Amino acid sequence: MARELVARSGGTDDLVLIGIQRRGVQVAGLLQDAIAQAEGVELPLGSVDITFYRDDLGTVGPRPVVGISHLPPSGIEGRTVALVDDVLFSGRTVRAALNELMDWGRPSRIILAVLIDRGGRELPIQPDVVGNRIEVLSGQRVDVLVPELDGELRAVLVDRPEDE
Amino acid sequence: MTARWTEGPDSVAVAPRPLVIRGGRVLDPSRGLDAVLDVLLVGGSVAELGSGLTAPDGADVRDASGLIVTPGLIDVHVHLREPGAEHKETIESGARAAAAGGFTAVCAMPNTDPVIDDPAAVGFVLAAGRRAGAARVYPVGAISSGQNGQRLTPVGELVDAGAVAITDDGNPVMDSGLMRRALEYASAFGIPVSDHPEDLGLSRGGVMNEGVVSTRLGLRGKPNAAEDVHIVRDLLVAEETGGHIHIQHVSTRYGVDAIRRAKARGVRVTAEVTPHHLILTEEAVEGYRTEAKMNPPLRTQEDVDAVRAGLVDGTLDTLATDHAPHHYDEKERAFDDAPNGIVGLETSLGLVLTELVGRGVMDITTAIHRMSTGPAQAMGLPGGTLAVGSPADVTLIDPKRAWTVDPAAFLSKSANTPFGGWELTGGPAATIVGGRVVWEWGP
Amino acid sequence: MTRERSSLGKDLVGLEPLDGDQIRSILDTAEPFKEISERTIKKVPVLRGKTIVNLFFEASTRTRVSFEFAEKRLSADTVNISATASSVSKGETLVDTARNLEAMRIDMVVIRHWASGAARFLAERIPSTVINAGDGAHEHPTQGLLDLLTLRDHFGKIEGLKVCIVGDIVHSRVARSNIFGLLKLGAQVAVCGPPTLLPRGIERLGVERFVRLEEAIQWADALNVLRLQLERMEGGFVPSLREYNRVYGVSTRRLEAAPRELLILHPGPMNRGVEIDSDVADGDHSVVLRQVTNGVAVRMAVLYLLSGGDPASAEAAKGGQE
Repeated sequence: MARELVARSGGTDDLVLIGIQRRGVQVAGLLQDAIAQAEGVELPLGSVDITFYRDDLGTVGPRPVVGISHLPPSGIEGRTVALVDDVLFSGRTVRAALNELMDWGRPSRIILAVLIDRGGRELPIQPDVVGNRIEVLSGQRVDVLVPELDGELRAVLVDRPEDE
Repeated sequence: MTARWTEGPDSVAVAPRPLVIRGGRVLDPSRGLDAVLDVLLVGGSVAELGSGLTAPDGADVRDASGLIVTPGLIDVHVHLREPGAEHKETIESGARAAAAGGFTAVCAMPNTDPVIDDPAAVGFVLAAGRRAGAARVYPVGAISSGQNGQRLTPVGELVDAGAVAITDDGNPVMDSGLMRRALEYASAFGIPVSDHPEDLGLSRGGVMNEGVVSTRLGLRGKPNAAEDVHIVRDLLVAEETGGHIHIQHVSTRYGVDAIRRAKARGVRVTAEVTPHHLILTEEAVEGYRTEAKMNPPLRTQEDVDAVRAGLVDGTLDTLATDHAPHHYDEKERAFDDAPNGIVGLETSLGLVLTELVGRGVMDITTAIHRMSTGPAQAMGLPGGTLAVGSPADVTLIDPKRAWTVDPAAFLSKSANTPFGGWELTGGPAATIVGGRVVWEWGP
Repeated sequence: MTRERSSLGKDLVGLEPLDGDQIRSILDTAEPFKEISERTIKKVPVLRGKTIVNLFFEASTRTRVSFEFAEKRLSADTVNISATASSVSKGETLVDTARNLEAMRIDMVVIRHWASGAARFLAERIPSTVINAGDGAHEHPTQGLLDLLTLRDHFGKIEGLKVCIVGDIVHSRVARSNIFGLLKLGAQVAVCGPPTLLPRGIERLGVERFVRLEEAIQWADALNVLRLQLERMEGGFVPSLREYNRVYGVSTRRLEAAPRELLILHPGPMNRGVEIDSDVADGDHSVVLRQVTNGVAVRMAVLYLLSGGDPASAEAAKGGQE
């Protein structure tokens, strides 16, 4: 995945990794490690919290806990931004993250890297780099476990509760 | 609850038929009487009390079993707002509200627009009260012309026209010299000088009691001392002049104590306390409730305990409602902006029976005394007794009736009360003025 | 009418009705909003499509501008109404304004009023969210919150901190919001000022009382110095500005006697040379500009937390009548 990412970005020169809160940030961190091992380059790493950009704020109401967005010190102006998330589903999270990135500045290019693409898109958004594609029933959810938060790297299928 | 008018206002001139009130518990604090008796009213006077009285020919007979028969209740401090603020109350609506609260007589304060400071104005209040055909309305004249604290009103003329006392209520008499002259001059006519005790320098800017609640709410407070200083001033001037001072709506523990000591010294002082100062504390203001904004303000529990003790031991002679109607949108304001005062005529008896008698603060005889005999003696009014020959002003009380205070059902034109929704036990059953039933409770 | 989506309830009329967790959640939420104000495009679409009226019955440039920035950075549509020059009776204005706002289906109202209780008065009468931007001498909750945030930024926590509020406590809504907020977060609170400006019964709120600044300086970790309203002189509460500065002015010389470094807060605008000397206001201990920055973040957090779909106003917008 790291290799594909570097290839799609045309090298590591202007590349910036931005993870989407929360688990996208950890996945981006793992990619950063892998790229550092393979290429010997430590890429700038940032994060976005898309809470304020959600399109369902008006109907679900505010969340009491909001994460913080961190711009890498290098900024994103004129750079190639690799937007990283754990699971790509409806595409709405990516839409929100794109809007937020645009408010930060004008990257020359944005590519989307996800660990799992589970299908079920509601917006015309497709990943550039994908770890795994899996078919998931509508009543199921994909959870990605990451070492930093969960002690292991693993994707699990869980049945979604009715009310979600 | 609905009220039924048994006699229209126009029927006042017609002499009532004799009336026998049969089988009630007759409670006349003026004579220490408490017995089941019949009461015969003839020609506007109490004619006879006894067991098994024979009804004269043509007499009405009213069964009062289960009821308490007392001298007509008197409220020495009400604001009827007419002339000038008829959107809040009129003399007629106020007199009817009084009757619906069991009162047979009220003393109307002179702080109207124009002020009741000349004989014609006194005559107007008297005539409007008679026309109302409900509770008797006794006019109170102003101390100073225009209530501006400067020149004494023509007190002799006011008394001749029917004024029963003088006061600048609404305002305190700040000029001690004016108070001295008023007390001296009024003594020639045997009427009391009634004062609203408040030192305006100490209370300036205040809108509620000064204390922890005002501090928390960020409202300016009036300290107890503002009232205490003025009460003591009044007592000293009364002592000096020998005049009769009536202290209105006492609300502080020190005030009660000062009056008690003055009475012991022989100062001619009478004093009143309101139901709300006997029942509520400053906590009622919580939430910026403008219906709990009054002057003097609601105080602390210590003060409530003290005024209760003062009413029980007679230091405070009478309960008075300080009935102060305000139009609903005048109270629908920020607390600082809202006017002072609450209506009281239609809740007073129920509150006293429930909150004071019902909770053992005082016995019913004392309570009735402070609402009938006490006020009559304090203001030198007829009534307050069921002695033969006295006016046929009688209140029938149902001590068991359970009811809920519904401000929308008041006969008063205003509904500004903090007691809305209170569950009360006991209230007036019928109000008889001059031998005529002017109001009775009906389901 | 009650909205369950907001963790704070429908309105923010004061800090007294909130619990410690609710206050902490506002402060925590303010953190990500600090970052937004550092961006090139200082705007997020949180309140897109919401209408907010800033209703000021009393002049206040600082608070109004701070709220307006907070609203605009959250993409709300805002209207400022200044009712200070109104010719009609003030009380009638308030109730009539409430009805008019209700009729216009405003989502949120930020109100500043000279009468204590005015914000609550409005909140009880309209379905819109009401945010108190200062009511009389009652509360100024967002000022209290930004003071809390500034203290927390500096000290790391509020619990156990000794904070003394200095000056005109009687007439100060800032003092009350600080007292309620600090106590709920476990701080020790004192007030200090001339006894004419310390309200009766203040100790019963759970605060210490000092009548000399020297004692307060010995005691405190931080001083929150209040502005002395010049009209207090006319009311006879203090004899003169000069006297006030001599006895209660926070000066470098006085601060040198402190056993520890004191943090100095001031809600502004400052009367330099009266309650605070310039060298203190501009000195290392002063965080007055941090307070201003935090003010925007805290107000964004409050707006954010109080936002969310309101079933009642949605119904009203459709023409439904209660």
